[in-house]
Amino acid sequence: MQRLFLALLAGGLFGSGLLLSGMTDTTKVQGWLDVFGDWDPTLAFVMGGAIVPMFIAWRLTKGRRPLVGGSFPAPARPEMDHRLITGSVLFGIGWGLAGLCPGPAIASLSYNGTGGLLFIGAMLLGMVVAPFVGRQLDRLATKG
Amino acid sequence: MEMDWIWGLVGGGLIGLGGAVFLLGNGRIMGASGIIGGLVDGSGLSNAAERLVFLLGVVALPLLLRPLLSETPNTHLTSNIWVIVIAGLLVGTGTRIANGCTSGHGVCGISRLSLRGLVATVFYILAGGITLVLFRHLWGMI
Repeated sequence: MQRLFLALLAGGLFGSGLLLSGMTDTTKVQGWLDVFGDWDPTLAFVMGGAIVPMFIAWRLTKGRRPLVGGSFPAPARPEMDHRLITGSVLFGIGWGLAGLCPGPAIASLSYNGTGGLLFIGAMLLGMVVAPFVGRQLDRLATKG
Repeated sequence: MEMDWIWGLVGGGLIGLGGAVFLLGNGRIMGASGIIGGLVDGSGLSNAAERLVFLLGVVALPLLLRPLLSETPNTHLTSNIWVIVIAGLLVGTGTRIANGCTSGHGVCGISRLSLRGLVATVFYILAGGITLVLFRHLWGMI
C-alpha cells in the first residue's frame, strides 16, 4: 500500500512539474530544439531544476535501502551499444516532429484533445513493435 | 515569457522531486517510457499496479491543478494527423530501443553521472535539432 501511495505521489509530482514548467507545450519543446528559429531556453532550466534533486537522491542511496524495502537499481552500465544511439536518434526525430515525449504526452492527456490521444496510441504501437525493430537493427549492426 | 525560466526551474524541481520519491521510496528509476513500455510489452507486469498508479498520478494531478492556473494550458499540438502518428511511432519505438527517454536517460541518467544517459541525451537532442532544421526551415512541413 505504501509502495502504491509513493508511486502516486511521484507520478503526481512528475505530472504537475511537466505542466508548470511548460514542457507539455509543444512550442516550448520545439523552441528549444529550433536553434535557428526563435530559440527558447526553458527546457535547459527544467532539466537543470530536475537534475539537482535527483543528484542528491542518488547520493542518498549510498549505504541505504529503499523505504519500502528491496534494493536500489544496479549501477549504470558503462558500455555503449548501437541500440542506445539508433534508438535515441529515432526518438529525437519523433520528439522534434511533434514536440512531445512520453512523459508530457501522458501528463497532457486531460487537455491535449484527440491529437494527444492519437499520439499516445501511435506511441504505444511503437512500443509494441520496438522489440522487432530492435532485432532488425541488431542484424544490421552485426552485418555492418 | 520573461517568467518562463523561473517556472521551468520550479517545474523541473518538482519533476526531480518526483524522481527522488520514486527512487528513495520504491527503489525505482522514474523513466516514463520504461514505466509505460513495461506494461505494453509485458516485461513489467510483475509490478503493473505500481506503474499504473504512477501514470494515474501523472494524469490526475495536472487535471486537479487546472482550476488554479490563470489560463487553460495549451499544448499547441500540430493538427497534422500524419505528423502526430509518425512522431508517436518514432517516440514509442525509439525510446524502447534506447531503453529510455527524456526522464529516464536525461533526468535520472545524467544525475547519476551515467555516460549512457548523457550520450543518449546528446543524440536525441541533436536528432531533434536536425529534424527542426529539415522539416521546419528547409521543407516547411512542421
